[in-house]
Amino acid sequence: MSLFQFLEKLISSNSKTTSRENARDRLKFVLAYDRAQLSPATLEAMCEEIVGVLSKYVEIERDGFEFDLASEDGSTALIANFPIRRVVNHMATPLESRN
Amino acid sequence: MTRIIVVTSGKGGVGKTTTTANIGAALAKFGKRVALVDADFGLRNLDLLLGLENRVVYTAIDVINGDCRLEQALIKDRRNPKLMLMPASQSRDKTAVSAEQMGELIDRLASHFDYILIDCPAGIEQGFQNAIVKANEAIIVTTPDISAVRDADRVIGLLEAGQIYQTHLVLNRIRPEMVHSNTMMSVDDVREILSIPLIGTIPEDEDVIVSTNNGEPMVTSLEPTYAGVAFTNVAQRLEGHKVPFVDLTYNDNFMARFKRFISTLSN
Repeated sequence: MSLFQFLEKLISSNSKTTSRENARDRLKFVLAYDRAQLSPATLEAMCEEIVGVLSKYVEIERDGFEFDLASEDGSTALIANFPIRRVVNHMATPLESRN
Repeated sequence: MTRIIVVTSGKGGVGKTTTTANIGAALAKFGKRVALVDADFGLRNLDLLLGLENRVVYTAIDVINGDCRLEQALIKDRRNPKLMLMPASQSRDKTAVSAEQMGELIDRLASHFDYILIDCPAGIEQGFQNAIVKANEAIIVTTPDISAVRDADRVIGLLEAGQIYQTHLVLNRIRPEMVHSNTMMSVDDVREILSIPLIGTIPEDEDVIVSTNNGEPMVTSLEPTYAGVAFTNVAQRLEGHKVPFVDLTYNDNFMARFKRFISTLSN
């Protein structure tokens, strides 16, 4: 590595991602949508419905909330992560009926 | 059994025609009987890359319309008589032929050849449907650009819908120095994203322009070129031979690169 490359790396390393990573990430994102033939709007509607169901049982934290399509090894996955703030009390009854 | 392979990409300008001409010429060099079919009606270029533009009298359209016999339209290559070109017509557009007619033409060719390589037009419309109609394999050509890879992914999906499951990826125009500096996607990046088997990695090479200027495929030229060796390797792999991929890791040391290049030639 030349001195110039070293300095360049030193300056850029913690500030921004490389354009190669950028290309890879943007492609994975766009292909996940292309392959699933889902529009961001449909995904949004889907997310709201699921949140609606979940809210009956748990209160969801909107920060750190994740709902997206991901593309890995030629297949598409829906990655959802709903951090729970607390369990809604009045819906705890189904557990008791199990006994 | 004749192998009918469509060379396609979705996006234009990624090197479909160059790939078709070079792989075809390499296979013919191995002694295979090869027909190259230009399916790019209205925008034909395969004749130019092979240096056969002056010999075009009849085209695929004339065969389809019954205005000439199959043998009259086929043009024998100047260097290798085992290589033949079925030119596309230049005056008519892609809607002038139906998938059915194209299929019949390919069927008629099949009995005379070991390989039929079909140079597909860019896009995913009628011309694409015509080109894939009889293919049982596909070579997907792409470059390490996001737009080319996205289009390639779309085409892979369409090929599956057309029940063509045997697909091979050719990654063209790789610039090792850019991959090294993280300014271009690597072979592994693209392979991981498209997840179809890789059959060739072709470095960006100025000789491609020279060879196009001269109408002489790189695989048949006397001077060895990086891209020419890489295309010959693709043809070898199509034939079922295990050939190591040309080392595209960037190295400042020219002599080291040169030695590696020579070692790939002697294999």
